[in-house]
Amino acid sequence: MKKILALALAAGLALTGGTFAQAPNFDDPAEFARQKEFLTATPMGPEGMPWEQYLVETMKDTAAFKKNGPYTVCFSNAGVNNPWRVVGWTNMQEEVKLHPEIGELIHVDAEGSDDKQIADIDDLLAGGKCSVLIVSPNTTAALTPAVEKACAVLPVIIFDRGVNTDCPVTFIHPVGGYGFGIQGAQFIADNVKAGGNVLMLRILPGVDVLETRYSGGKHVLEDAGLNIVGAEFTDGDNAKTKSIVEDYLARGKIDAIWMDAGATAVAAVEAFEDGGYDMPVFVGEDQQDFLQKWKELGLTAIAPAYPSYQWRTPIIAAVRTLKGEAVPSPEWILPQPAITQATLDSFINTDMPPLHYALCGCEGMANYPAAWGGK
Amino acid sequence: MTDNTLPQADRQKRQLPQVNPVYFVLAALIVAIILQNPAFVEPTGYMNFLKRAAPLAILAAGQVYVIVSGGFDLSVGSVITLVVVGSSMLLNNDPNATWWVIAVMFGIGIGVGLINGLVVCYLKVPSLIATLGMMITLNGVAFMWSGGAPRGYLADSFRFFGRYNFTDLPVIRILPVAVIVLLVLGYALYWLMHRTNLGRMIHAIGDNPRAANLAGVPINRVRIIAFIVSSLSAVAAGIMLGGFAGVSTDVGIGYELQAITAAVLGGALLLGGRGSVPATIAGALTLSAIFTLLNFLGLPQPVRQIVQGLILIAAVAIAVQRRKHTGR
Repeated sequence: MKKILALALAAGLALTGGTFAQAPNFDDPAEFARQKEFLTATPMGPEGMPWEQYLVETMKDTAAFKKNGPYTVCFSNAGVNNPWRVVGWTNMQEEVKLHPEIGELIHVDAEGSDDKQIADIDDLLAGGKCSVLIVSPNTTAALTPAVEKACAVLPVIIFDRGVNTDCPVTFIHPVGGYGFGIQGAQFIADNVKAGGNVLMLRILPGVDVLETRYSGGKHVLEDAGLNIVGAEFTDGDNAKTKSIVEDYLARGKIDAIWMDAGATAVAAVEAFEDGGYDMPVFVGEDQQDFLQKWKELGLTAIAPAYPSYQWRTPIIAAVRTLKGEAVPSPEWILPQPAITQATLDSFINTDMPPLHYALCGCEGMANYPAAWGGK
Repeated sequence: MTDNTLPQADRQKRQLPQVNPVYFVLAALIVAIILQNPAFVEPTGYMNFLKRAAPLAILAAGQVYVIVSGGFDLSVGSVITLVVVGSSMLLNNDPNATWWVIAVMFGIGIGVGLINGLVVCYLKVPSLIATLGMMITLNGVAFMWSGGAPRGYLADSFRFFGRYNFTDLPVIRILPVAVIVLLVLGYALYWLMHRTNLGRMIHAIGDNPRAANLAGVPINRVRIIAFIVSSLSAVAAGIMLGGFAGVSTDVGIGYELQAITAAVLGGALLLGGRGSVPATIAGALTLSAIFTLLNFLGLPQPVRQIVQGLILIAAVAIAVQRRKHTGR
């Protein structure tokens, strides 16, 4: 028995991560065009505070939800299972401190499980303490019924990933995956001659926000006549990323690296650095380690972002809703700037941890930088 | 037991010398890689390959101690994560701290191995469960320590072992430090397993604990030492992986299974009593070669996973066949 179990364990290695992702909805030309337009649109709202800005000006009247404080804000969180969510969750807790009308923030962590999140939402509703429910859904389809159930009882605010219902007060998110993909790929198209070799590095298949980044980026690269030499999954693993890039470099020249997420960008840069190759055009993300490497080596690079300042917005929306003030709805679309050479210096802070996401919108908050792990 | 302890008479009956099939599998894969990418025969090609495979090879060579003694060590992946995360926290961007941080990490390794061994020996918890519990615990410790995101960088002096290459050398031109570490630790682990009394006792308790006990082998002490060797090899692998690729909070995920797979590829018996350090290292190189070959082939990801799975099953099947022929 022990032997069989152990063999199964060993064979499991071969099967882990085996996903045959079908991606029927991840290549939508209309959404591609819409997001492309949003990238250059001028946002409404207070200047310099992108977490309060919005790109579409349809508002929802929330007078029906008006009530007296102090408010109990309940938050069903998909997980705090990656550095981006760690930064975002810190943003949200600090944002709560800016609102004296909030008496309590009740946070339940679904730890990346749909089932747990559905149960969490049920528990929060049954508890009866919540004035408003914020949900960051783990997956779209699975959480939709739970959110619909909650909508019947209290105002619901969704952010990050969406749900298939328009019952919530609003759905807060930045421009989106296509926009992210376009920003990086367009930079490559502008800086590499047609026919140049581009290696696309992806984390894993089947995740909606990552699939749209890829399809958005791929379209732009193909339209620019660039040669995509490969699209590889790195599992977000530094060692694997570095190995993959080394293997591609052994096979031929690479003029640009496009990535759907930047956590392993420095490992990819190091593959060029350690092998003594010319630095290609790089697409990273807004992590501090990549920004610092970019500056240190004088890379030709861009850092698109999925701004973590979007974690501040649900609290703002919740308070406005409970005060009966109008909020952008059905979607509150936040601007999604990319970090470029021109703005690089303003985002670098060597006192912050390597995977601190620079577009946190948190520099002006009271406990910055200590709450985010900075010195 | 091992080949070198087989009775002489048994060996003389054979027509062909017994060579572990993992070496043939590895050779075939390397030929395939060279056909795909002739640049692999250049020093930078194969040295980069060895550098990348070194952490897994060392980890697997440690794991085989526990496997031969009749157990499993599933905690090694989490030890790697803890070493990388913990080192980045302790180093605190101070290159002068490298040496004492490395010492602390090996100290943690001894502690983890000791606890694993004590739990297995005295609390009688099966090693699969004991080390699984340790894995979950250590992942939690690493998460708590770092808050879920890396909090610092690894100094260049710390990354020396996994990242630095000596260049401009005669003949081989380039020599990664990781390859030197692999040679030194690989030989040390080989010597300890196959040239000392301790190695024979590890084989004995994995083969037949009762017989070993009756023969006077201090079972518990030997088993605990096997777990400590495995944990220490995980610390070494962690230092090299952190050096190779920098800080990440999930660096060790999956390494425990890869290490066990490498040992099985090298012909180790999962029930204990049999296993070889050099063949396990060859097994680790085989796993890395499969990965590299599939990169070079440029197949789409799903096809690659299918091929990877099939190659693995085939390789393990060959290893098992060989065991049948030798009557074990």
